[in-house]
Amino acid sequence: MKEITYLEAIKEALDEEMSRDASVFILGEDVGVYGGAFRVTEGFFDKYGEWRVLDTPLAESGFTGAAIGAALVGMRPVVEMQFADFISCAFDQLVNVAAKNHYRWGAATPIVVRAPYGGNIHGGAFHSQCIEGFFYNVPGLKIVAPATAYDAKGLLKAAIRDNDPVIYCEHKYLYRRIKDSIPEEDYVVPIGKARIALDGKDVSIITYGAMVHTALEAATVLKDNGVSCEILDLRTILPLDKKSILDTVKKTNKVIVLHEQTKTGGVGAEVSALISEHCFDYLDGPIIRVAAPDTPVPYSAQMEEAFIPQAKDVISAVEKLIRY
Amino acid sequence: MDIKREDLLQLYYYLKLTRRLEDRVTSLYHQGKILGGAWTSNGTEAVSVGYGCALERNDIAAPYFRDMGVFLIRGITAKRIMAQYFGKKTGVTGGKEGNVHIGDLNFGVFGFPSHLADNYPVGTGAALAFKIRGEKRVAVACTGDGGTSRGDFHEAMNFAAARKLPIVFICNNNQYAYSTPLRLQMAIKDISERARAYGMPSKIVDGNNVVAVYTAAKEAYDIARNGGGPTFIECKTMRMHGHSEHDSAKYVPRELLEEWKKKDPILNMEKYLLENNHAKKNDIDGIDSRVKNEIEEAETFAIESAYPESEDGMKGLYATPIVGE
Repeated sequence: MKEITYLEAIKEALDEEMSRDASVFILGEDVGVYGGAFRVTEGFFDKYGEWRVLDTPLAESGFTGAAIGAALVGMRPVVEMQFADFISCAFDQLVNVAAKNHYRWGAATPIVVRAPYGGNIHGGAFHSQCIEGFFYNVPGLKIVAPATAYDAKGLLKAAIRDNDPVIYCEHKYLYRRIKDSIPEEDYVVPIGKARIALDGKDVSIITYGAMVHTALEAATVLKDNGVSCEILDLRTILPLDKKSILDTVKKTNKVIVLHEQTKTGGVGAEVSALISEHCFDYLDGPIIRVAAPDTPVPYSAQMEEAFIPQAKDVISAVEKLIRY
Repeated sequence: MDIKREDLLQLYYYLKLTRRLEDRVTSLYHQGKILGGAWTSNGTEAVSVGYGCALERNDIAAPYFRDMGVFLIRGITAKRIMAQYFGKKTGVTGGKEGNVHIGDLNFGVFGFPSHLADNYPVGTGAALAFKIRGEKRVAVACTGDGGTSRGDFHEAMNFAAARKLPIVFICNNNQYAYSTPLRLQMAIKDISERARAYGMPSKIVDGNNVVAVYTAAKEAYDIARNGGGPTFIECKTMRMHGHSEHDSAKYVPRELLEEWKKKDPILNMEKYLLENNHAKKNDIDGIDSRVKNEIEEAETFAIESAYPESEDGMKGLYATPIVGE
């Protein structure tokens, strides 16, 4: 075992997959000599050369489309969006080409789009967004969002080996703030499987990404108040691990859905609807969503803190729910 | 460029096959016998037949919707294409997609997305893969004049030129984007000027002359295959039908159509073959009757084929299905 950060986990996954498989290559803005805006690919250019660590023009649709074409002829491209926010420029290629290729004409499109997302870094409206909602209504895509260094590595490896387009949401706030002990040997975390981040019995907090840590913080406080929280870390948000969601609801009968993404039409809405449809009879109270308000991400620290769900918001939601 | 007689006859054969297939589709559309719409390449067939025939077996085509010739040349049969129009299980996409939304990797043809010029970046990606792997293959991507206004056109051209990728970009300039004439689409006279902005060589060819298109494409493929980078080829032609067959195209001046009718690419080629003694009248007649039979067989095949089951529509979303789903 060794201890590495979330960012190092991403880097290791890329490095190991590129060593293992010559068809894996990276493309995006400033990923080459510079090593990427967040230094994820630092050193890769020297190790793998300019054709496998490819600096592109500033044109997300163009290079995402190119990744799709390369994938169609046997490559496994990993696209780096410099910030997840810029993925909107590649929306058409992802939604109309990558997502539909296999269904429409039977062609697998094994691309991974790395999307450094999320706030709490004072990045303002264009460097802080959660982008999973943009793609949530698009059959054919897979979306993963690791919360731990262990999952960051294992999910990225799984995404690269997967034959479908995968949007890999890596939370910028976690890059250098969290560490995990991970095995020396090769492992993958399967796409489509949630995990219990904390075992509990009174209330379930269903969440993903950086909010898993917010939920853990809240659960520690709540434990001292005699409330036992179960935290389900979704890990894959499209498609959802329905069984794990329904299992935790059946166990605790009370549900909070927590995400950093804005509230309306988000992952929380889908999780809530799923629970209502499939295990309404198990619920002892309303499903409560704790999510960012429906505004762009504000810049100033005071406003951004109010925007991003905090442990105290989770605690008050749990306290309200527990009274039912 | 010296083109062998058999290659010239093949060009003629594919022109005829394309025309007859799409003419038949048009009739079936007006009879209400096929599903959905019918977009044809009528009048512009020399573009897809020319650049399609110039490809090598291992090359990749990333076409658009007036590229029927390419589908046929690559080996996607008229039978499968006709079945596609009927929404049959034996169609190219098994009924998942219709009409010209065709793609089949077994024949090196990328699927066509309706968002025009989308296949410019996607084709560029194939060329990028060839370059990374050091393969002597080329990609060709095509769009219409309309598609050249979109960002994907420019992003792909720029990327391919900057990296000297083995791709050839074709533009089927048929003068109308649906109902919008060129003068309202752009302030330039020749679309090929756009290539200059990216430092890419370009060529303007008579899009109604299949030999000219074939020759220009072949030369550009050779350059790309040998590391010389991309070329843009603007094929000037005229769309003789509406945008699709529901569209009477009343917005196109009749005189313009009359003028282009005289330049019909098939009559052009027939004349060329006869005048240069590449073919005799009975060779032409032989090809015509072969094509006629092929299209009749294709229609029979399509009509007799089974429809997909409704539950087939739930299959095939993912190439790697989620375990336990």
